[in-house]
Amino acid sequence: MQKTYYDPADLKKFGKISEWNEELGAKFFEYYGKVFEAGALTEREKSLIALAVSHTIQCPYCIDAYTGDGLQRGITKEEMMEALHVASAIRGGASLVHGVQMMNKVNKLDM
Amino acid sequence: MIKSLHKRESELANAKRQQEILSNSIFQHGELPTFKTKLSESKQFPLQAKKLEILQINLGYMCNQICTHCHVDAGPDRKEIMSKDTMLQCLEVIKTTGAHTLDLTGGAPEMNPNFRWFVEEASEAGIKDFIVRSNLTIITANKKYFDLPDFFKKHNVHVVSSMPHWTKGKTDKQRGNGVFDASLRALKMLNDVGYGLPNSTLKLDLVYNPSGAFLPANQSAMENDFKKAFLEEFGIHFHNLFALTNLPISRFLDYLIASENYEDYMYALVEAFNPNAVKNVMCTNTLSVSWNGYLYDCDFNQMLELPVNSKVKHISDYNENLLEGRDIVISQHCYGCTAGAGSSCQGSVT
Ligand code: SF4
Ligand code: SF4
Repeated sequence: MQKTYYDPADLKKFGKISEWNEELGAKFFEYYGKVFEAGALTEREKSLIALAVSHTIQCPYCIDAYTGDGLQRGITKEEMMEALHVASAIRGGASLVHGVQMMNKVNKLDM
Repeated sequence: MIKSLHKRESELANAKRQQEILSNSIFQHGELPTFKTKLSESKQFPLQAKKLEILQINLGYMCNQICTHCHVDAGPDRKEIMSKDTMLQCLEVIKTTGAHTLDLTGGAPEMNPNFRWFVEEASEAGIKDFIVRSNLTIITANKKYFDLPDFFKKHNVHVVSSMPHWTKGKTDKQRGNGVFDASLRALKMLNDVGYGLPNSTLKLDLVYNPSGAFLPANQSAMENDFKKAFLEEFGIHFHNLFALTNLPISRFLDYLIASENYEDYMYALVEAFNPNAVKNVMCTNTLSVSWNGYLYDCDFNQMLELPVNSKVKHISDYNENLLEGRDIVISQHCYGCTAGAGSSCQGSVT
């Protein structure tokens, strides 16, 4: 039996998802490919966003994929780390900003 | 400073050992298809040489640098350089070849004591595009090389130089401490005499190789990033950027094995195989001449000691017609030329 939930080799099998539902799989990958094409944002900018989001959603496949993708695009480790801090700041900030709700509640209930 | 594989007496200094590694393990029992199988699947086997367009001459393996990824295993400790006699044989061929491009490489070709004489003589032949692959730092290495930009200009040489990144950290990691700053100084010296400036006919192109176990991204996107960074941060101009894939041979193979990246890298190359890149791989229009005058399908085959499959083996009995149509000698390193947009000494091939 497989001992861990994640196997790095599974990343390469992502495309096989379509085998159990051709139509939706194909639509997804077409959309995915289009999203990462250069548009108003460059492919490089999109790669950095993807890397930051990968860490936010804590997906090991995506982290693996977009770290490699960043290196290929010449993105430096300093740029990668700054992108991660943006993700981390938003994530931490999202917890903290709810503190306002806590404060409202305390202020309302407390004498 | 690291030493060449030859100086270290590494087993990988032996070309036969490299050939074995490339044919064994993952390729031996069908875990990955061999390059031959892959070519056959798209009905492109055997690969054959077309009309010669590029004559590439390696003036020797001596180099002032000792880059970690070097497929030549070049360095200051390599003593193999082309003799004047072999140069004379090359000049006979240069005068009569149908090739439109002459491409001098090394090592650092400028370190060959007869380099300038050879360039002067070769430029007389009037070949359309006369390339010298200069590693840049040689220009600033010693007073005797400071006038190279003027010398190149005088002979209308097309300068092609390596640059793995627009930041110091990544560049020095691959090419050695201080290489980034020295390369910038050399690029400025080349710009000063007119090389690389917009609309200038003095061509200055850069070659980008990834500084690690990954493939290069899209060439034009990389070129934009390089141009932006070089111009904004350093005021440096160049014309085109060629994105090259590192082939799994020599010091790069050594690095892949030592860093336990070899199998993943080969998987990545095979996965990125692009059948459309096959018809333009450089061995189909290029011939590589080694420092001692032997002929190879490409510089990589030269380093793997895989000579041309032809009756004509040496520059002294050169015959372009006989060489045309020869079957190209292939192995698994060839996957480096067909990954993604393809890779050659002139950059992407699709
Ligand atoms: S990659 Fe070029 S500059 Fe670096 S050691 Fe090899 S020949 Fe010299
Ligand atoms: S490595 Fe040489 S022989 Fe193999 S495909 Fe590339 S250019 Fe051709």
